[in-house]
Amino acid sequence: MLEAINLSCVRGTRRLFKGLNFSATPGELVELRGENGSGKTSLLRILSGLATPAEGEVRWQGKNIRSLGEQYSGAVAYLAHQNGVKDELTAIENLRIASGVAGNALSKPQAQAILEQVGLSRQRNLPVRFLSAGQRRRVALARLLTSKATLWILDEVLTSLDDSAIKLSGQFIGDHLTNGGIAIIATHQELNLSADRVQQINLSQ
Amino acid sequence: MFGWLVWRDLILAWRRRADVLATLFFFVIVVSLFPLGIGPERETLKTIAPGVVWVAALLASMLSLGRMFGNDYQDGTLEQLLLTPQSTYLIVMGKTLAHWLVSELPLVIIAPVLGLQFGLSENSLAIIVLSLLLGTPVLSLVGSIGAALTLGLRAANVLVALLVLPLYIPVLIFGTGAVQASVNGTSPQAWLLLLAATVVLSLVFAPWATSAALKISVE
Repeated sequence: MLEAINLSCVRGTRRLFKGLNFSATPGELVELRGENGSGKTSLLRILSGLATPAEGEVRWQGKNIRSLGEQYSGAVAYLAHQNGVKDELTAIENLRIASGVAGNALSKPQAQAILEQVGLSRQRNLPVRFLSAGQRRRVALARLLTSKATLWILDEVLTSLDDSAIKLSGQFIGDHLTNGGIAIIATHQELNLSADRVQQINLSQ
Repeated sequence: MFGWLVWRDLILAWRRRADVLATLFFFVIVVSLFPLGIGPERETLKTIAPGVVWVAALLASMLSLGRMFGNDYQDGTLEQLLLTPQSTYLIVMGKTLAHWLVSELPLVIIAPVLGLQFGLSENSLAIIVLSLLLGTPVLSLVGSIGAALTLGLRAANVLVALLVLPLYIPVLIFGTGAVQASVNGTSPQAWLLLLAATVVLSLVFAPWATSAALKISVE
């Protein structure tokens, strides 16, 4: 279970949000909404452990994520604005190296199967810099699928994806929730997910 | 996991080998300019050789420090690395090792060839290689602190030089001391031991400082 307790975030001299409390249990989808600059990305970075809040703390299974350290990183998959894929590497290399570094190395056939799932089987041996923006996003999505994380933190996951990929990612997120995962998603678009429990947090107040 | 990380950086370096070669050629050219500029006096060349090779090595490693974390920072893979269930210490060690293999080891290998231009004896050439072999890991390790601290800043390359070059001074003194000793016909052992001590010291402290700096820079 993820708990955010009394979080506040300051960027420069501006306070983006304060006194933010929420919790998410397995199978729950948290939709994060708010206009541009309302602090969605900042909140997601705090939740992922990359940034520290000005006040408050984030707890995972009852413990502060600062004290959990790497143990928490292992439970989190974070998909940022940037795709976090290497332009010089091919899609399949990106996938295998990312999972290898994370400690759950994939064999070539396994990586191929996942790329097929996201519809990139023909492009798997092309360096990622030759792929379109949407295809790169698909590689990032594939990386998400290889992780064993319980908590998915997704920042504008649908950016530059086409209709079929949007449908596909909705399906992945749905599967993740059914398997007892938690997803926190910042988005402007309608997700149309068939999640049992949805929680909306609006940051622009 | 550690193997994957080093492997990743080696593949990336291979795909961008022009960058790696540029560092190496910079080293070769800087070292070669001195005999051309100073003239063929054997004694003078022998005296300046240790300093020239070492200073060139320091400057050449400056060129590559920006790439150590810079590219990963820009495409977001650094964040992903920090979010893997591995200690940041190990990640930094992996990246530093890869940096040394890619950017420093070639300098060590080519150094004896360049030393020939200065009329150094075989024995002194061997000491050049040995001192660089001991000293360059320190350059990578200490340099990683500067590289991590200046991530995402404007004029990061200049700042790295200002931050890191003063920290390189002990290595420079010990390294040139060792080569100088062997040119003068005395034993370089004490200097090499000091270099080895610097390696151990920076191996213990530098990755730790770099991890802290990375976390600050990414935030």
